[in-house]
Amino acid sequence: MIELRQLTKRYGDRVVVDGVSLDVARGELLVLLGASGSGKTTTLKMINRLVEPSAGQVLLDGSDAAAMAPHELRRRIGYAFQQIGLFPHLTIAQNVGITPRLLGWSPERIARRVDELLDLVELAPATFRDRRPAELSGGQQQRVGVARALAAEPAVLLFDEPFGALDPLTRDRLQQSLRAIRARVDVTIVFVTHDMVEALLLGDRIAVMRDGRLVQVGTPADLLRAPAGEYVAQLMETPLRHGRTVEALARGETPDGR
Amino acid sequence: MSDALRAQLALLPAYLTAHLQLTLTALVLGIAVSVPTGLWVTRRPAAERLVLGIASLLQTIPSLALLAIMVPALAALGRATTAALGVGVPSIGFLPALIGLTLYSILPILRNTVAGIAGVDPALVEAARAVGMTDRQRLRLVELPLALPVIVAGIRTSTVWVVGLATLSTPVGAPSLGNYIFSGLQTRNLAAVLVGCGAAAALALLLDGLVHALEVGVRAGRRALVAGAAAALAALVLYAGATLAAGALGGARTVTIGSKTFTEQYVLAAILAGRVGATSGALPRVVPSLGSTVAYDALRNGTIDCYADYSGTIWATVMHRTDVPADRGAVLAEVTRYLREHDGVTVAAALGFENAYALVMREDRAGAIRRISDLTARAPSLTIASDYEFFGRPEWTAVRRAYGLRFAAERSMDPSLMYEAVAAGDVDVASAFSTDGRIAAFALRVLEDDRSAIPPYDAIILAGPRLVREEPDALAALAGLAGTIDAAAMRRMNAAVDREGRSPDAVAGAFLAGLAGAR
Repeated sequence: MIELRQLTKRYGDRVVVDGVSLDVARGELLVLLGASGSGKTTTLKMINRLVEPSAGQVLLDGSDAAAMAPHELRRRIGYAFQQIGLFPHLTIAQNVGITPRLLGWSPERIARRVDELLDLVELAPATFRDRRPAELSGGQQQRVGVARALAAEPAVLLFDEPFGALDPLTRDRLQQSLRAIRARVDVTIVFVTHDMVEALLLGDRIAVMRDGRLVQVGTPADLLRAPAGEYVAQLMETPLRHGRTVEALARGETPDGR
Repeated sequence: MSDALRAQLALLPAYLTAHLQLTLTALVLGIAVSVPTGLWVTRRPAAERLVLGIASLLQTIPSLALLAIMVPALAALGRATTAALGVGVPSIGFLPALIGLTLYSILPILRNTVAGIAGVDPALVEAARAVGMTDRQRLRLVELPLALPVIVAGIRTSTVWVVGLATLSTPVGAPSLGNYIFSGLQTRNLAAVLVGCGAAAALALLLDGLVHALEVGVRAGRRALVAGAAAALAALVLYAGATLAAGALGGARTVTIGSKTFTEQYVLAAILAGRVGATSGALPRVVPSLGSTVAYDALRNGTIDCYADYSGTIWATVMHRTDVPADRGAVLAEVTRYLREHDGVTVAAALGFENAYALVMREDRAGAIRRISDLTARAPSLTIASDYEFFGRPEWTAVRRAYGLRFAAERSMDPSLMYEAVAAGDVDVASAFSTDGRIAAFALRVLEDDRSAIPPYDAIILAGPRLVREEPDALAALAGLAGTIDAAAMRRMNAAVDREGRSPDAVAGAFLAGLAGAR
């Protein structure tokens, strides 16, 4: 569905993304995992050309993303990010319906689609439709952000740490919602995060990036059982140690190294 | 209500309309230039720095100077277009004032447009791109609506500025509420000054309030408020536009009479207007309170048809002569010849009096000083005041050289304050005008020019080429004023305005009635 071919981004002499090649299958959720500065967000943004590649290619369903007008490409790709970016002067319904509006859908079709999506992200349409973003909590806003990304029935969704700024309980609920959405909507997702637990819980496969390069691509089980090298092993060790610590505490023991 | 106030309020519709025309046209043009320019430069950082730099530079030019500069600039442009296309450009009146005010209105709107767009949250810009907006859609759907309050704030700043600055259009020949202020200050008419300031302030508050109401209405989605404010603004713009068009198309034959910015000039302009109106078929129109050199330029390029000037002034500022001949008749003859040959300007009449520069002192301060030569030894411990021009004029150089004068301090001030300053003892000597009513009113002593260093200043009526060519009756009417006003008569008329608070029109009317009765 998505093929990255030797994708590279340079700013002057600095190479931010260095020859990344990667295939994402239809319906798959691929996590791009890495520390800040690893190049994961830049890689993501080259898929919908928010960042133009310096070299290499992005193929969507076999066709070159560079051959399309950027705004037309982006109307076919859903995008949600940590800052959410809801338009404050528009209502929730207008925010969710923005891409369909740009695509020239009829108002009736947009209204139907907006209600459908608000239901999907568990916000009662009658209550939220006409509100402004400022009247919503952070978690509710990001649900709207996800609904907006899904509005024009895209085949591909790009998520850039969408739940990163939310409190742990809200983040957990939204992660569960995302799993529920995937069960109902056939969509291919690339999901950027630096949170190992989130990567392990959500990803069908995880691509670990470091200093602009791919270090390892595999299922969560692959990465846990057969880490390719020291760095991935360290990354995977952290959530496992946390898990052990929490279990020990639950049994009433005092674990080491706390 | 006092008669003085009622007389001033009668002028209000005309001045307010003119002020509204200038202000609204300048603001509409300012918005039309600034908002698109601001939007255009937001995506071009190099252009943004350049454009904002130019706008800021314009703003540093003192407002009165900016308006005044437009006159020679447009005159030069007019000469170029006349040579190339055979069509001139008016260099005084509405156009220079409009250009100056428009330039002044640009910066706040431009800067706020740029700041408003730049201030849009980068996350929203990214979201707008990511949902598939083109650059134009992003501007229209996201950036412009979000920047609107900031842009409107800039428009409101410009509105208040322009309404205030438009009062400075009077000296470049565009009538405005400034006519109240300029002539009121000169003729010591407090009612006029108060009406002018009050009306300008009220207009500024009204326009600011309407723009604000429009903005609040749009933001809060209050239809009634938006409709009301928009209708009021549209009505004002339409009114200004319609009256402007009517004025431009007005068909009656008119003779335009100019005046400079002091009492005697207001009285003389009223006399010329009354004379033209009574004895020729043309409709007289007075453009008052022109700057001294603006008036002559306006005559030469046909923006005004006639006004009163002084032979010595023409000698020094138009002919650029630095010699100071004592013979009144010789100067008048030479001026008449020069103006006809160089600029096609006709000296229609010499009115019969001189209004020369004269050094005056308070009687008790003067003591034994009776002649200017008595000042030579005392000057280093004395202060002299004059109007804005005198210290830069060749006459002052000639006087200083002839008498070897060196004063402790030279202070330029508004002529209306100069007499009070010398009467109050704040300064020792002032460069008065010999026909000014305030010399007698404040009992000031005129020092004798015993070395004839001050050139003669015969009051003369100058007529422009168009008047001479097309309005022979008017020219004859003006010529008939030759020798009808002596220095004592002029002084009495000036004093009637300055000390008795009568209007220049009333004083001129009485003079013309007397003239008719004498025939």
